[in-house]
Amino acid sequence: MPYSNNSLGIFQIAGSAMTAQSQRMNTTASNLANADSIAGPDGQPYRARQVVFEMAPSDNQGIGGVRVARVIEDPSPMRMLHDPKNPAANVDGYVTMPNVNVVEEMVNMISASRSYQANVEVLNTAKTLMLKTLTIGQ
Amino acid sequence: MIDKLDSALRFHQEALSLRAKRQEVLSANIAHADTPNYKARDFDFSAHLSQAVERGRQSTSMSLASTSSRHMAVEAQAGSDATLLYRTPTQSSIDGNTVEMDVERVNFADNALRYEANLTVLGSKIKTLLAAVQ
Repeated sequence: MPYSNNSLGIFQIAGSAMTAQSQRMNTTASNLANADSIAGPDGQPYRARQVVFEMAPSDNQGIGGVRVARVIEDPSPMRMLHDPKNPAANVDGYVTMPNVNVVEEMVNMISASRSYQANVEVLNTAKTLMLKTLTIGQ
Repeated sequence: MIDKLDSALRFHQEALSLRAKRQEVLSANIAHADTPNYKARDFDFSAHLSQAVERGRQSTSMSLASTSSRHMAVEAQAGSDATLLYRTPTQSSIDGNTVEMDVERVNFADNALRYEANLTVLGSKIKTLLAAVQ
């Protein structure tokens, strides 16, 4: 048969998308948690991270799963906060704050969660269909 | 006898495998809803089904015509994989992704329903055949 392993294909594709979306949610959680971290392990203020999705190569002519190509650091400028009392303030009294955009991160989180749900639904449908397939002729 | 049974069920077999294939393509579209530059794929189901049924009536392998005994005998499998087309987006997004979640979800649900309908018809057909044998 030309189309073998179909069901496994769907499970693999939807599973890879769920992994990728949950990694995106992880990144969002990290960004939100560190929205006010003025120093990381390297002493520098935290920079927002974003995941970049790409299509995982497969031999299945044009369709395949998702994977996270890389995690990039957000290149947007850091937020400067005037707070002369802060020990991390520079000579002008400004503290370099992380460039995390909380509103954007919340939207990102909702989008990731919706995509995750869509893939769960795909997986459930595929499972139901495969279980029904097993009952052919009964 | 087996040949006749095979041909009785052949249409449903082809339809089911194409439905499963389409289900996979649509699930890939849904999975790639957030991948930049991903283009949504699909294929023409009825064209592929009629082609698959036709192909079943002919032989599945092709061979080159040879006019001399010294020609090399070449045999190739007929192209069997569904050629995937690209969906035309009604509202394309700025990152080059053409997946429209509502369209994909509707198609996915529709395809799943048709797959189940196919299973039901196939099941009752098998039951009929079994009743005839008994």
